[in-house]
Amino acid sequence: MSAIATQLSPAAALPKWLAPLLLIAFAYVVIPLIGNSYLFEAILLPFLALSLAGVGLNILTGYAGQVSLGSAAFMAAGAFAAYNFNLRIEGLPLVASIILSGLVAAAIGIVFGLPSLRLKGFYLAVSTLAAQFFVQWALTKFSWFSNNSASGVIDAPKLSIAGFEFDGAVGRYLFALTVVVVLTFLAHRLVTSQTGRNFIAIRDNDTAARIIGIPVLKTKLLAFAISSFIIGVAGVIWAFAYLRTVEPAGFDLDRSFQILFIIIIGGLASIRGAFLGAALIVVFPLVLSRLGGFLLGDLFDSGVLDMSQRIVLGALIILFLILEPDGLVALWDRVRRRLTLAWQSS
Amino acid sequence: MTFLSTVKAIAISAALAVSVALPAAHADEQYFPLQSYRVGPYAAGGTGFFGGFIDYLNLINIRDGGVNGVKLTWDECETQYEVERGVECYERQKSHAGAAAWNPLSVGIAYAMIDRITADKVPLITVNHGRTDSTDGRVFPYVFPLLLNPYSETSGIVNYIAAKEGGIDKLKGKKIVVLYHGSPYGKETIPIYELLAQKYGFTVQQIEVPHPGNEQQSQWLTIRRAKPDFVVLRGWGVMNPVALKTAVKVGYPVDHIIGNVWSNSEEDVIPAGDAAKGYTAITTQASGNTYPVVQEIVKTVYGAGKGNLEDKSRIGSVYHNLGIVNGILNVEAIRIAQEKFGHRTLTGDEVRWGFEHLKLDPAKVEALGAKDLFHSINVSWDNHEGEGYVTFQQWDGKKWNVVSDWIAPDWALLRPIIEKSAEAYAAEKGIKPRTAADAEAVAATN
Repeated sequence: MSAIATQLSPAAALPKWLAPLLLIAFAYVVIPLIGNSYLFEAILLPFLALSLAGVGLNILTGYAGQVSLGSAAFMAAGAFAAYNFNLRIEGLPLVASIILSGLVAAAIGIVFGLPSLRLKGFYLAVSTLAAQFFVQWALTKFSWFSNNSASGVIDAPKLSIAGFEFDGAVGRYLFALTVVVVLTFLAHRLVTSQTGRNFIAIRDNDTAARIIGIPVLKTKLLAFAISSFIIGVAGVIWAFAYLRTVEPAGFDLDRSFQILFIIIIGGLASIRGAFLGAALIVVFPLVLSRLGGFLLGDLFDSGVLDMSQRIVLGALIILFLILEPDGLVALWDRVRRRLTLAWQSS
Repeated sequence: MTFLSTVKAIAISAALAVSVALPAAHADEQYFPLQSYRVGPYAAGGTGFFGGFIDYLNLINIRDGGVNGVKLTWDECETQYEVERGVECYERQKSHAGAAAWNPLSVGIAYAMIDRITADKVPLITVNHGRTDSTDGRVFPYVFPLLLNPYSETSGIVNYIAAKEGGIDKLKGKKIVVLYHGSPYGKETIPIYELLAQKYGFTVQQIEVPHPGNEQQSQWLTIRRAKPDFVVLRGWGVMNPVALKTAVKVGYPVDHIIGNVWSNSEEDVIPAGDAAKGYTAITTQASGNTYPVVQEIVKTVYGAGKGNLEDKSRIGSVYHNLGIVNGILNVEAIRIAQEKFGHRTLTGDEVRWGFEHLKLDPAKVEALGAKDLFHSINVSWDNHEGEGYVTFQQWDGKKWNVVSDWIAPDWALLRPIIEKSAEAYAAEKGIKPRTAADAEAVAATN
């Protein structure tokens, strides 16, 4: 959809890779210089983790058209797998345990993706709920997963790659940023490749896709595997870089919905959409809460304020979806087109 | 889309305005960052606890003009009991100068904060809950599970059952069922019940109730078949009233059910109606509003219209009194630290020193107007729990009545287990355990 639209848009006279490259350079160089720990710990780290999860889900739901409500389960699988690989295999490099944990999440994704061969739409969404409940139950039930820790909450290990330690808020931010940049780049390559086009073909009409010779079964499972891999790694970032601790209850159904909302609000079938959606979902409640606390904090207690923020946030999302059903990405493209037109005509 | 861009512009400029307008440090103020929860599934506990805490801080400000002239200040940040909201609140509130201690009242948030508060050198208080092995102050210098950790709670319950049966040797051959919430919190005490069963010769059967626990028919039918002498209810939220109602339905006597410290509030029994009559539960702080300190809060704070509870009938409820006791412990730690470091705004590390010398014997507790509200506390640099005593209350359909003396958990039995767990944590994280001399060294600046 929008991926193709972007390619056709005549707007950009500059090379297409320049804008993302500048953005990445900004994120690596400028932000660490100007940011404070609140920016990293409370905004950028959850933003990066959720963006990556959004990218993963977008491959499955946006591109391949398979609705999933199990994202938080795959995040949990990734986080706990990375913890256990790191704990139980002496001397395993962090990068290896992250890749392995992604593979574990991918394997679980394939298992719970099997119903997609028969089920579609809402029915598939409901069957992926099974993943959500099963994984959370298993992680609570078998204390081996949390190394028999009394309360089932695990501590993240130190982040170090080849002797270099990603310590402190900035270090963890750079670590998360690197993982996100690498995986996003790979995801971008994937969706513009033949496999990505197969995904879109299956989403648009899987009977037609079968007729033109796309292996539907294999492609659907591949979508589940790749998506779960990325979401699993997002879970590792969430647990290791952001919260530095993790309990199964942190990956509940609410989180799955949150990731689904990110891609719906950001824009389905778009890599940028996941980032825009995550920015809105992470930053907007904080802005509202600080604004509310600042303006009305003396008048009402924090509970009343929080409730009213939820109402405002919900109302704004509804309003936004009515006015711009294609998500933030469509909004962004329109703004850019207008600016370019204005610039060309001037 | 001009509407949206306008909204965004307003929001962004407002956010900037807020961050610029962060309150500056004042001389002689001690600040409490409160990561409270007043909405969400656990709001009943949050409003009661933080209500009691704020009421006590207000009492100190109004009655005494602060602690030795140092005014107590606080602000609230809503967490809804969610870890990532708690972390955001932590990052938001930590920039405020003069923070005394963190009191999130949530195991999950406390876990996420351990590394952070240790780096920032500000104490983290987890009264009546928290990570059991953080009792070991050698490994966890800034974490204080004051009064009661989960293992002590278990030991206290078993000691109470023993007292009821006529002595610890009478436990032999008895059968106890533990009905626990299917969550990390619920499972935390499984090994310690097994250990105590082995030591005292009773049999224990532990049955899980999956979260949230609004259907327990099969569990209680199992209990009826097992015919235990006692059932320990280790519940949470809606699970508690449902357990009591289902017990009545299958004919298990409610006065043989003992609730743990998160199954002991008015909010747990009132929804069960008559089914809760005779139910007994452990507590570190008795409920009721007859204690002098609670009376003073009613008179001074609520009299001035500054009370925090909207529903005044909750004054003196279990959670409200826990908040008051938590207020006493925090304020007294500051007072003790002020005697050493001077009557001024203290750094987090100085307050940590205060907590590590927080010794309130029964006479001192009485002087604070809290006789019989809680027993005593005796925190030291390596024992961050402080040997809290427990008591048991029985619900008569209208209120809780104290039915036991103050009971001491078996600390000597538990200490080696706690140390072993803490040492394993220290090895995993590469922490060098402190010595008494390390604990006396105090950072003068944050």
